[in-house]
Amino acid sequence: MLLRKKTERLWYPGQWSNQKGGRPVELLDLTAVELGKKIKAGEVTAPEALEAVLKRMDQTEETIHAYVTVDKEGARKRAALVQEKIESGELTGPLAGVPVAIKDNLCTKDLLTTCSSRILENFVPTYTAQAVENLEKAGAVIIGKTNMDEFAMGSTTETSAYGVTRNPWNTGHVPGGSSGGSCAAVAAGECFYALGSDTGGSIRQPSSFCGVTGIKPTYGTVSRYGLIAYGSSLDQIGPVGKDVTDCAAILEVISSYDLKDSTSLEREDLAFTQALVNDVKGMRIGIPRDYLGEGLDPEVKSAVLKAAEVLKEQGAIVEEFDLGMVQYAIPAYYTIASAEASSNLSRFDGIKYGYRAKEYEGLHQMYKRSRSEGFGPEVKRRIMLGSFVLSSGYYDAYYLKALRTKALIKKAFDEAFEKYDVILGPAAPSTAPELGKSLQDPLKMYLGDIYTISANLAGLPGMTVPCGFDSKGLPIGLQLLADCFQEKKMIRAAYTYEQNRGFKGEMAPCAAEPGKAVE
Amino acid sequence: MANIISDETIEYVSILAKLELSEEEREQAKQDMGRMLDYIDQLNELDTEGVEPMSHVFPVHNVFREDVVTNGDDREAILKNAPEEKDGAFMVPRTVE
Amino acid sequence: MGKQYETVIGLEVHVELATRTKIFCGCSTAFGGAPNTHTCPVCTGMPGSLPVLNRQVVEYAMAVGLATNCQINQYCKFDRKNYFYPDNPQNYQISQLYLPICHDGGIEIETEEGKKVIGIHEIHMEEDAGKLIHDEWEDCSLVDYNRSGVPLIEIVSEPDMRSAQEVIAYLDKLRLIIQYLGASDCKLQEGSMRADVNLSVREVGAEAFGTRTEMKNLNSFRAITRAIENEKNRQIDLLESGEAVIQETRRWDDTKGYSYAMRSKEDAQDYRYFPDPDLVPVVISDEWMEEVRSRQPEFRTEKLLRYKQEFDIPDYDAGILTSSKKMADLFEAATAICKKPKKVSNWLMGETLRILKEKNQDAQDLTFSPENLAKLIDLADAGVITGAVAKEVFEQIFEQDVDPEKYVDEKGLKTVNDEGALRKTVEEVIASNPQSVADYKGGKEKAIGFLVGQTMKKMKGKADPASVNKLLKELLS
Repeated sequence: MLLRKKTERLWYPGQWSNQKGGRPVELLDLTAVELGKKIKAGEVTAPEALEAVLKRMDQTEETIHAYVTVDKEGARKRAALVQEKIESGELTGPLAGVPVAIKDNLCTKDLLTTCSSRILENFVPTYTAQAVENLEKAGAVIIGKTNMDEFAMGSTTETSAYGVTRNPWNTGHVPGGSSGGSCAAVAAGECFYALGSDTGGSIRQPSSFCGVTGIKPTYGTVSRYGLIAYGSSLDQIGPVGKDVTDCAAILEVISSYDLKDSTSLEREDLAFTQALVNDVKGMRIGIPRDYLGEGLDPEVKSAVLKAAEVLKEQGAIVEEFDLGMVQYAIPAYYTIASAEASSNLSRFDGIKYGYRAKEYEGLHQMYKRSRSEGFGPEVKRRIMLGSFVLSSGYYDAYYLKALRTKALIKKAFDEAFEKYDVILGPAAPSTAPELGKSLQDPLKMYLGDIYTISANLAGLPGMTVPCGFDSKGLPIGLQLLADCFQEKKMIRAAYTYEQNRGFKGEMAPCAAEPGKAVE
Repeated sequence: MANIISDETIEYVSILAKLELSEEEREQAKQDMGRMLDYIDQLNELDTEGVEPMSHVFPVHNVFREDVVTNGDDREAILKNAPEEKDGAFMVPRTVE
Repeated sequence: MGKQYETVIGLEVHVELATRTKIFCGCSTAFGGAPNTHTCPVCTGMPGSLPVLNRQVVEYAMAVGLATNCQINQYCKFDRKNYFYPDNPQNYQISQLYLPICHDGGIEIETEEGKKVIGIHEIHMEEDAGKLIHDEWEDCSLVDYNRSGVPLIEIVSEPDMRSAQEVIAYLDKLRLIIQYLGASDCKLQEGSMRADVNLSVREVGAEAFGTRTEMKNLNSFRAITRAIENEKNRQIDLLESGEAVIQETRRWDDTKGYSYAMRSKEDAQDYRYFPDPDLVPVVISDEWMEEVRSRQPEFRTEKLLRYKQEFDIPDYDAGILTSSKKMADLFEAATAICKKPKKVSNWLMGETLRILKEKNQDAQDLTFSPENLAKLIDLADAGVITGAVAKEVFEQIFEQDVDPEKYVDEKGLKTVNDEGALRKTVEEVIASNPQSVADYKGGKEKAIGFLVGQTMKKMKGKADPASVNKLLKELLS
């Protein structure tokens, strides 16, 4: 089951993570941190790295469609400038000169930011999100903005107003969502790493589907300033990368205490790369039985349990336990997220920015037409639900009930983390579904978020690490959760697993020359 | 479905949400909302008596700015994305009769 | 017929706080900028922007709460009030519904029947909306967000008032307290204080309240008084003719003298309040509260007493001097410099009020400095200038806060004490007014007044009238 069948794949994703088989090391095979080192050592320049990515995009982007906007010229100017600063010693960070893709719900000054929605089809922000600014300060070269589910609402990237993104491992399948563009871009070698956002699993689930690594940090670790809000109390920005090392390094750069975000936290220890230690001896790892029951694809289950075995072999104490409350996470989440979204998205009204209907009579029709023509069906569905649960007479029964449930979910995790350092489970109940199969039944799609959603409700950090493939050759992701502020434990477990997972050489086909297989 | 969403409810909610739904969309919205509410009603199984509603996960409080002017005139940037503008202001359909 | 009705009134008073910056961003609150020049991503609702609370807003709100005998919610939160309108860039207003900063207070007012306490249900903090300008030429409206995000407190009274007089007394008391705190200038005309009137009527003796309406757009005490009369009569007429009062929001048109319902099927009035996830709770410690309490200024009641005792100012005058914070401050500061409380009081009660009335201005609009008023009083007292000249100079002080010493020097307004020059002018006046001279000599004492006036005129006011009088009598005897 860990052996992929080499079928249906139009091209082979680049191989990474320190196993290069017998072939020459391609630039695009490098991880972000590896590339950063080579740039600093003068072996590669930032413009060369960028050109390699752009060339790959020429070959693959037409099929994959990971990006909404590609800023070639801006990126070239930026790469040249960054190269100068690296040479002059002004930029010394691990990511200086490394090309990055940014999810299209993060504001970027002078660069179109659409949230993959028609309502923002022409929105050019006048400021840059704090997380992106942190990256820029570290010498990142922004290639462009990645496709996503409209306003991050969806699990497949199919609700984008600008077309679907295809899974690089099998283009007949979705990349997951909502950060599907970011994860597909990393998997396809169309960037070295990317930023995503995670409100209910939007980094972890597509990372699982695309065979990449992604982290959703503790709520408040990365400033939300400039992140176009979906569910403000749940949204967090995080890294998507080729391996655990990259993700830890990226998270270290984007995390900051930001006075512009009142929910930003002043944390003492943001040195996440210090946790890149191959050792889990004595670490207590719990697997919620609730995460292994009905609805879980047997192939996924088997891969996840095998991953647990790997950690056990490395000295971790692994056991199953009853977490509880799991079935209540989805209803609580959709109530809270929809309620917040209905309010957050009311600012899109055709007055200050974005789409305004062409034909209307009077103010209220202008509002209604602009919003009805500007938003897609999934966004409208959640705005309607959110408006209803907050409306007079229903607030207590729905919204407050959901907030009380959230408190109970948090309590269940608090108790679990008294016993365990890390919680281990699947990131999603299945591997990536086929394109066009998920949207007919929204509720069924929502149920796919069952393993990821609780972390957002409880503010916990969580991450996905690839742990194998199913019989169709689609990647499977392992999810690790830690208590709030305990990213380091989670990263340490993930890194140890990655170093010992034992499918070197299976991860990506060696024979492929990038682009050649694209038909 | 336990939750039957009436035409009036959909009409009312679409006024609140400022959405104009086609006949087809309205029927779909009735179905979707009814099903979601049925699903959400699972929460009623939970005894939440005495549980404080949790808006914020962390007990952070008193995040303030000092009363110091930090922003200058940024009008050009603010109006840059306006669909319609006149005399340095956002232009909207007449708001009073 | 012949039923007796009682009016029941509660007020929602919005007060713009005197902070330098807006409630959730670092934009200036200054008046008078060109449209949208005091704006940023936060107060124009740009995607991705986030609010951060201005500490001073909490301090002012707390200070007003303490001064109006409220309980302070030591744990309070912000909620979103959701409704669509172009002056509201996010289409929700950040306000406080569930846990407002102050509650359960009240202030005492004077009524015809004696003292009465008007209860304060709550005080909450919120953001102001932008301004809509209606463009007649293009049949559209223009939105200016300069006022968007200016901090407000809303003071919600209990339905304890029974007449327009009580409403005015309550508003006046509230205005003074807030002005004295320096939390706002509370100008009704300019909108820094706005009152919405909730009014219902019921038969005298009835216990249950009638259905109330909410009246908006009341920009002066006069408009409030008229609107209350009008709405009371409208509701009584409805009841008398067997119709029901509808609970609704009405808008007062002061030029036409009537109100109309603000109704629309697009306004569902269902605000879907919920806690704002972008803001964290405000926790007020005992220490913080005590610190704010200890900074509370002397209020009017205490000042009145002190003015009488310390300066021997009559009740009526003390009442006027303390009727505005600005006036009281001017009085105290000028008195401290020249040590002549009676004289300072006279200038403020006399000329100052006269000019204010003439200009249709409020005492809070006064801009002159106590230093210059004190100097003027000293100049007049020392006989350097005459009373007439002093009034002329005061007008300049009022307008441009001129330094009276310099002004008198530059314009050559000092009283002429040169005996020779005065004698010469008086002789000329006697020579050119034989009729008046004859009248005086014929026993008409009053005729000398005319001659004094003529002399003063010739001297351009710079002579001391008493000396002129004395000299005239001497020369005519």
